[in-house]
Amino acid sequence: MSKHLNHIEPYSPQFGTMMPMGFQKFMRTCVLWQIVRFVAINFRMTMLILKSHH
Amino acid sequence: MARLIIMGGGVSGHTAASFARKWLGNEHEVVVVTPNALWNWIPSNIWVGVGEMSKEEVTFPLAPVYEKAGIDYRQAKAVSIHPEGNAEGDNAYITMEYTGQGKEGQTEELTYDYLINATGPKLNFGATPGLSDGKGGLGEHTVSVCTADHAIHAALELDACVEKMRKGERQAFLIGTGHGMCTCQGAAFEYIFNIEHTLKEKGVRDMADITFITNESFLGDFGMGGIHFSMGGYATSSKVFAESLYAERGMDWILGAHVNNVEAGKVTYESLDGEMDEQEFDFAMLIPPFGGVGLKAFAKDGADITDTVFAPNGFMKVDAKYDAGAYENWKASDWPSTLQNPTYKNMFAVGIAFAPPHTISKPMSSPNGTPINPTPPRTGMPSAMMGKAVAQSVVDMMANGATEPTHTANMSEMGAACVASAGKGLFTGTAAAMTVYPIVPDFEKYPGVGRDMNGTTGELGLAAHWVKHILHHVFIWKAQLKPGWTLIPE
Repeated sequence: MSKHLNHIEPYSPQFGTMMPMGFQKFMRTCVLWQIVRFVAINFRMTMLILKSHH
Repeated sequence: MARLIIMGGGVSGHTAASFARKWLGNEHEVVVVTPNALWNWIPSNIWVGVGEMSKEEVTFPLAPVYEKAGIDYRQAKAVSIHPEGNAEGDNAYITMEYTGQGKEGQTEELTYDYLINATGPKLNFGATPGLSDGKGGLGEHTVSVCTADHAIHAALELDACVEKMRKGERQAFLIGTGHGMCTCQGAAFEYIFNIEHTLKEKGVRDMADITFITNESFLGDFGMGGIHFSMGGYATSSKVFAESLYAERGMDWILGAHVNNVEAGKVTYESLDGEMDEQEFDFAMLIPPFGGVGLKAFAKDGADITDTVFAPNGFMKVDAKYDAGAYENWKASDWPSTLQNPTYKNMFAVGIAFAPPHTISKPMSSPNGTPINPTPPRTGMPSAMMGKAVAQSVVDMMANGATEPTHTANMSEMGAACVASAGKGLFTGTAAAMTVYPIVPDFEKYPGVGRDMNGTTGELGLAAHWVKHILHHVFIWKAQLKPGWTLIPE
């Protein structure tokens, strides 16, 4: 998995955060999974809108 | 017959006008007073700013839309409000100065029964020396994506940098906020990812040093005091989320910065620790701070009552708690609900035009006393919701006998969705989709992080990018009042 990580300078600000690895990056562009996420995001936003109107 | 005037035709004003016109009978008048001839879907200016879209794709002329809808459109700038009328009569009125329709420079008075202030912000480039052209407009050293024309200029400057990089000249990019009291970090956040994506697409990413400069004390504050997302079983701070995005793309960041001077190729800034520093650039997109548009208000006897109607920052006072005091005393209930002016009950303010009770982020200042903290975001989705809610209240008061506002749009009871997308290709783009509920954290209702963890989420991927594409087309369709526009939510 570490082959997917570029070098990060130790003790730099960038070194103190999380970095995506191979599986995470793959899922971001996996069309089938992203179709599922597309439905999920739309559902979430719809719920948000419904909760927000008074 | 009664007349409703809406000052401003942006997201909140246009929404209020469209719904008011739909719900009010023809015996009532709806008038929009806006200095702009074009409506602009501002979120997509980001794509114009990297040359992915044209101005025509993000704007459309307002006049034909309003003519078809039966809205009286005045291309004019509101100048003053006279809520008690004048010595000659008790009718409340506004004064305006035309900017188009063949009447440029002419002034006119227009009476109203109800008034909605949706004037949006003044882009205060003049707050930072060098950011401005000395006349209040954008200066020559930096670019902006606040308007479609600014974004076109930004894209041209970006192209010039790309050409230099192709010839082997390394370029430094500086994106962020141009003053310690800016809002709209989200726009700068989205733009920097588009810059990085574009440079990668053009094969010159390795020739660019990209730095984000912000008045936020931590990445991911977004003017909302940060957000916590549900991720992998943890309530994960937006600080980690945002830092990860920058780190993954090899971009640096400068935090807690008040940019106090801009000159050719260099900004100077003061940090929260009081240090003065410099950052050089070849290309800089720095968001200006926002202020009220400078409307004045006068009493019946001509006395200046601007201080009564407006807060010192130029935004209109509404039903917020403006005496909440120190940060420790702040509550979600400080935020306004009806957006009605407390002095003149037939006046309302929506979107950026209403005066928030205080910031959402914790107020901070350098040891020198310079305030450096984000001001509250109130653009996009919340703006439109405010416009619709106030339109409902005004319609009920004008036509249905209500004596008080009947609808509310409180930022501590509404959510917001933000999609920051880079690139235009359906399978080559990438985006971060974030939802937050509520916008103003309510630590009494949601102990812990102040927000509903079921409604506050963040994720990256193509799906969010598709959502962004759809939002662009759907909201422009809605704003053009095309068939089915009322079915599209705000």
